[in-house]
Amino acid sequence: MSPCTLSIHQEITTQLVDVSHKQSAEDEQQLKLKLKMLTNISNVLRACAQRHGVAAVMSARTYADFTSEATFEIKKCDTFKLDVAPATEVVMTRDEGLHYYRVMQTIRRMELKADQLYKQKIIRGFCHLYDGQEACAVGIEAAINLSDHLITAYRAHGYTFTRGGTVKEIMAELTGRRGGIAKGKGGSMHMYCKHFYGGNGIVGAQVPLGAGVALACKYQGNNELCVCLYGDGAANQGQIFETYNMAALWKLPVIFVCENNRYGMGTSVERAAASTDYFKRGEFIPGLRVDGMDILCVREATRFAAEHCRAGKGPVLMELQTYRYHGHSMSDPGVSYRTREEIQEVRSKSDPISLLKDRMLSNNMASIDELKEIDVAVRKEIEDATLFATTDPEPPLEDLCNHIYHNNPEIEVRGTNPWSKLKSVS
Amino acid sequence: MMAAAARLFVRSTNPRLGQVVSGGLLSSLSRTQTQKRNLAHFTYQPDPVPTQYGPTQKMNLFQSVTSALDNTLADDPTAVIFGEDVAFGGVFRCTVGLRDKYGKDRVFNTPLCEQGIVGFGIGAAVAGATAIAEIQFADYIYPAFDQIVNEAAKYRYRSGNLFDCGNLTIRAPWGCVGHGSLYHSQSPEAFFAHCPGIKIVIPRGPVQAKGLLLSCIKDKNPCIFFEPKILYRAAVEQVPVDAYTIPLSQAEVLQEGSDVTLVAWGTQVHVMKEVANMAQEKLGVSCEVIDLQTILPWDAETICKSVAKTGRLLISHEAPLTGGFAAEISSTVQEECFLNLEAPISRVQVEVLRGHQEDDQLLTDTCSP
Repeated sequence: MSPCTLSIHQEITTQLVDVSHKQSAEDEQQLKLKLKMLTNISNVLRACAQRHGVAAVMSARTYADFTSEATFEIKKCDTFKLDVAPATEVVMTRDEGLHYYRVMQTIRRMELKADQLYKQKIIRGFCHLYDGQEACAVGIEAAINLSDHLITAYRAHGYTFTRGGTVKEIMAELTGRRGGIAKGKGGSMHMYCKHFYGGNGIVGAQVPLGAGVALACKYQGNNELCVCLYGDGAANQGQIFETYNMAALWKLPVIFVCENNRYGMGTSVERAAASTDYFKRGEFIPGLRVDGMDILCVREATRFAAEHCRAGKGPVLMELQTYRYHGHSMSDPGVSYRTREEIQEVRSKSDPISLLKDRMLSNNMASIDELKEIDVAVRKEIEDATLFATTDPEPPLEDLCNHIYHNNPEIEVRGTNPWSKLKSVS
Repeated sequence: MMAAAARLFVRSTNPRLGQVVSGGLLSSLSRTQTQKRNLAHFTYQPDPVPTQYGPTQKMNLFQSVTSALDNTLADDPTAVIFGEDVAFGGVFRCTVGLRDKYGKDRVFNTPLCEQGIVGFGIGAAVAGATAIAEIQFADYIYPAFDQIVNEAAKYRYRSGNLFDCGNLTIRAPWGCVGHGSLYHSQSPEAFFAHCPGIKIVIPRGPVQAKGLLLSCIKDKNPCIFFEPKILYRAAVEQVPVDAYTIPLSQAEVLQEGSDVTLVAWGTQVHVMKEVANMAQEKLGVSCEVIDLQTILPWDAETICKSVAKTGRLLISHEAPLTGGFAAEISSTVQEECFLNLEAPISRVQVEVLRGHQEDDQLLTDTCSP
């Protein structure tokens, strides 16, 4: 905004305030005229914003000038055995948008920091990173409640965060310290928190578990559901099909989510699956194929599926088409089975955070500075968490053997040296 | 390990060693307060170069496996290799180059389904193909447990010898590797040892691996071949280029001794060899080191003969102590060699499941020996 227009804007605002106190009809007329002028100026400025670039304009706007909510058109989901589909016109409020941005940015930064720490050998073992897929975790969480349940495989850092874990706890778990979310005994693949059942290493093993959790929900009649995630590689495991059968037979409130990131470790979906329509693989379970890079698509589809489950209609199978920027794990560079161009393309055209950011900025829902502030705050949070994760002590020796069994009387456990006895006090 | 050997002597009636041992050695080996990196403190000791099988080439463990598979695919037109990611060479490079050489109908990938892989393998074997299935990590073999135990092992018996899946060999990376944690470190040989009808083989190095693998493939029984993953790169030896076999169910005496018999398999053999040297130097104890090689059916004769000579037995493995294969050996030996034993048989579980931090020590066993 040029200084000239700014001063006019301010003058009119002041005048309107003055005028509003007076009672005469003439003044009212004046008021209306000036309001009209104000609106026109606002519109012109908005148009300017789009033409001249956002930065110059936005810095002068106050928060009251942002749109509090906007309607967006999203991609239609492919459906299978469903007569209705999730809405294609959705509303997102400014607060929601900022929240999603912050959460996705936190996950992104956290994963990149984990990458850094792994390369510095501060994190050891296995580390499967989630960057690129943030829209899935955040979108799903946006449509369910914290009282619902969720279980996933080993690419779990994002979900641990959306389900209520703090960045500090997650990073401390990665570095194996006592402040970690699993007390430092689980590591990258085994993170848990309330109503979040991990964090599971064996591919596909978590799916029957998810159905079991859903059964408990149904049995207890608490109107909760279970979101049960697995990947495109796991979709070919036998136990998944056993679970589909049980869930459909007993109408369990479970949302099966196949996070299809196109590669099962190093094998592309075409080479592993006879049918890559993962949302149809439930055969007798209604399915949705969703654009997993668009958070609003994910949210809307999850809302739809959650409604379906809570109405007692049984399970739904959602395939989220998404992408991971990193390789399968930190031991995989990720470029031997796909091209760098492919990764770059997805990054530039479909990055979930960029998509959300563009949406918000072009609909005047936030300013670039505001988003930058969020970025700075997120970076600080990650730095603090990293400091904690690198300085917190490791679990004490006394804790090492605990929780093999439940509340057993104290038992002796052997260590690497057979004459050093440790105690499991459960 | 040293302390284990030492304790055997403390328990025995040999007065000469009693005092020396109980004092210094045990305390020096007791756990220190600081958590040190305890991973696999062993040096790989290569076998002497075999001369009876023809020209040799320097190979590490995964290369010797590739060589064995190469020989098999060349000599046996019905041989096929399949598993997760084997086409590009496998996650441990065991099948590098084979697809290019022999074609994609002989070396192919399967989807992620262990139960399916083994079941499919059994079927292929029954129909006459030499099926070599790879399970990506031994930790993932459990979905296939039913197929192995209930189908593969019992096929011949239940069909009255009309059918069998002897052409099936299952290969899997096995054992601790330091950073493997819960699901990339397991040694499941004890689970399968409980099942008659299959054979279980674990090599200690490249020369043994190639010979034993070729024996497994030729053997007319379904075999499980566990490859110690920590040795894939670390173990380098001169391995014969041509095909050769090492007989199954024959334990190998690596070092003769007179005071104590040490039995191990896989990676642990190298630890044992070091222990034997240390025992000789520090305690003047002469150890006989035996590599069991075939877990099922195991060579009880060699072990018992050795124990009859030495009077003491120490068995060591990575798997949890309770119900580990050492228990089976112990039980048989005490039955056969009761009157020869000078001391109770000692079982040592070394190298516990590692946590994700290398100096984290996550424990799996709850029994004391």
